[in-house]
Amino acid sequence: MKNSIADRVSYFLNRYPPFNLIKEESLTKIASQVQIMYLEKGDSVFDKGSNYHNHFYVVRDGSIYLYHSNETDKNIVGISDKGDIFGLRALITKENYKLTATANEESIVYAIPIETFESVTNRNVKIHRYLMTAFASNTHDPYTAEENGQIFIDYLPNRSDDIANLQTANYTRTPIYCYADQTLKKAAKKMAKHKIGCIIIVDYNKHPMGIITNSDIKNKIGTGLYPISTSVTNIMSTPIITDKDGITVANAQLKMIQHNINHICITEDGSPNSKTTGILTHHDILVTLGNSPAVILKGIRRAKRSKDLRGFRLKANTLLKNYLEQNIPLTHINHVISSINDAVTRRAIELAIKKMATPPPVKFSWICIGSQGRKEQLLFTDQDNGLIFEDVPEDKYLSTQSYFLKLAKYITKTLHVIGFEYCQADMMASNPEWCKSISQWNALFSDWIVNPNEKSILLSSIYFDYSHIYGDKTLVDSLTENIYNTLGDTSRFYSILAKDAMKNPPPLGFFKQFIVEHNGEQKNLFNIKYRALMPLIDAARVLALSKKIKNVNNTYERFEKLAEMEPNNKELFLSCAYSFKALLKFKTKQGILHSNSGKFIELSSLTKEEQLKLKRCFKPIQEIQESLKLRFNLSSSIL
Amino acid sequence: MVFKWFNKNNNEHLPEFWRRYLSYFKNANKLPPIDNTRFVVFDTETTGFDIDRDRILSIGAVTVEHKTIAVNNSFEVYLDQEIFKPETVKIHGILKRGELDKISELEAIEAFLDYIKGDTLIAHHAWFDYSMINSLLKRHGLGKLKNEFIDTAKLFKKSKHIIYHENLKNYSLDELASELNVQVIDRHTATGDALMTAVIFLKILSRLKSKNENLGWDYLLKT
Repeated sequence: MKNSIADRVSYFLNRYPPFNLIKEESLTKIASQVQIMYLEKGDSVFDKGSNYHNHFYVVRDGSIYLYHSNETDKNIVGISDKGDIFGLRALITKENYKLTATANEESIVYAIPIETFESVTNRNVKIHRYLMTAFASNTHDPYTAEENGQIFIDYLPNRSDDIANLQTANYTRTPIYCYADQTLKKAAKKMAKHKIGCIIIVDYNKHPMGIITNSDIKNKIGTGLYPISTSVTNIMSTPIITDKDGITVANAQLKMIQHNINHICITEDGSPNSKTTGILTHHDILVTLGNSPAVILKGIRRAKRSKDLRGFRLKANTLLKNYLEQNIPLTHINHVISSINDAVTRRAIELAIKKMATPPPVKFSWICIGSQGRKEQLLFTDQDNGLIFEDVPEDKYLSTQSYFLKLAKYITKTLHVIGFEYCQADMMASNPEWCKSISQWNALFSDWIVNPNEKSILLSSIYFDYSHIYGDKTLVDSLTENIYNTLGDTSRFYSILAKDAMKNPPPLGFFKQFIVEHNGEQKNLFNIKYRALMPLIDAARVLALSKKIKNVNNTYERFEKLAEMEPNNKELFLSCAYSFKALLKFKTKQGILHSNSGKFIELSSLTKEEQLKLKRCFKPIQEIQESLKLRFNLSSSIL
Repeated sequence: MVFKWFNKNNNEHLPEFWRRYLSYFKNANKLPPIDNTRFVVFDTETTGFDIDRDRILSIGAVTVEHKTIAVNNSFEVYLDQEIFKPETVKIHGILKRGELDKISELEAIEAFLDYIKGDTLIAHHAWFDYSMINSLLKRHGLGKLKNEFIDTAKLFKKSKHIIYHENLKNYSLDELASELNVQVIDRHTATGDALMTAVIFLKILSRLKSKNENLGWDYLLKT
């Protein structure tokens, strides 16, 4: 009987190794036995130590984290993406799983019964060789290394103290080169065009001959030793040091130290007498090893694919964890992480613009709203954004908007791949509602202010915390200008916003008990975001608006600014700023611990001291709400 | 035990498979927890949109259990029909005398009822597929479908943020797929569309669950 689904599954598998080595009818046989699994973020496919399943897995959509965990630590060993196989090793060695596999995002996974697979691929040497190599190249995983020690003894280093050192080094696979008969000027132009610091000189077989770096140009041209019309061969450094694909970070580092160089040329067979296939720089090594913000930021700016960007953003998470452990001040942590988030977004936009057939028709600005707009986004959260474009003639409006919508779709998709989930309320620039010309935005914001209602208050509490990320900043400035002009001096809007800021009462009950959630999955958990952070965020926003504070979105910075402007309330505002920082840190730590947003806190898991600390942070919430009540005359208000 | 509304004589002349189908609803207990429920997601390809005059050309279905769909447990039948509209071939690709193995309406509905049992049905714009099946049952002197059913188009609307409710349109399967990032491959085979609908259903369900931790049957079924 016909099975259309099996055909589809087989069609997908056929694009990825080793399935592309399997004959069509055999593949259909496998496909018809597949189970299609849908996983929500955090769902696990198998857990470390559990019995092996009868299936191994292929990622259809989304991605799966493989990690080795112990009580205190989650050590990510690999990420399986579309078309990647995982969970096969345990089936072959007939042992329990050594790793845990969990969905990193909403994913679809095909479960393939090993029995069917083996019966079909029984005598196929190529397939077996592929699977073996797939294992062997996993050597950065010390657990794999241990396990396959006997089989792959030749490849494997004996010690695996430093995981990163055993990783194969990433390098540029599309190196920029220049032929030996060209002039230095031409080479330098090429370097400038591609924004690179070095260029490989090759002969007509593309065998590498030497390398020219910025310092060669400085030392040999800048000093007047040679004219810029000289041949590249006069300037290049020789001999060039080569190696082949698969070189480990440790070996590359060693080689660079031995030869006192910063670049290794990758060739087909590893000797200078074969074709150039890549270039590995000292910077690449630092990127693989490094966790300094500077290295991460530089890497982001150079990233060519969204997958690379994701890698850097994940590194930032490690950084964040280290910072929190070292008790680095939250202001600093916040600054670093938001710079990284902004840089990632900016790079995602640049990459998206490249994908478009034509450059943007008019100037535009990409804004982040909500927590990223306030620069308070430490962990991965939803993406909330918008796009403002310059005013265009009426007849051009739709075509301009549709250009930017398409661009925004690319951008949000890239951000999604990086790990920022789509906004559930669709508050993204890919939604026509949030991708408009500056006049339309102004009209919309004015309407919210002049005709406040429940919906507009909700939206303004998200959208008024915008910050400019990419493009023309003057558009955003004029947006701010318009808001303050419309707000005027005695706006009803403030009262409603202030009232809204008080919808979450202080989180302590009458007997100084924590107010916890009463029902559902979160029963008896404390929601730190809604009950503690939001009241402070909302209060800071309405106060900042009423004081016409511009370009300060961050909640604690808003309070600090307010303290400056109103010396008699200084103490209150500073205590709010302090509380906010402490609460945000608390939430972030919880988030890292449970690898979620950290929103819900299990009170019983806190020590007495932590509970007291938390409670201390709540006091300013009550005080600031009292102050809002007086300031905006809420007790007598009929609203 | 026999349902009240069937008198004995009536019931006996009914085909064996229909009685078997009815028996699934005899002990209509409370529905199991959502996560442990067997859902049958289905789709029909038809000669047109007229419930009475048009005919079903193909029924496809998949089963969702524990968020998993087994490929070897999918359902796919093609029906022999006298009514045939050449202009719809470009949509479903089913020829009057094609190479597909076709079976009679009665054989198809027997197989379908055995497949769905008493479980909850899901379809996109479910009312249409539900009515097409009911109209087929009626032609053969049988009663209506008794299963609960969920319409993914309506369910999706409910899952959207309240601020967008006013300008929500009637989502087609393709629009929903692109909105939820579900890959579209060869549309308009009944089983293929059923699979797509199943993935869409799981995605909507997950979104609803993340927003409403008490998600219950009331909410899902009241569309």
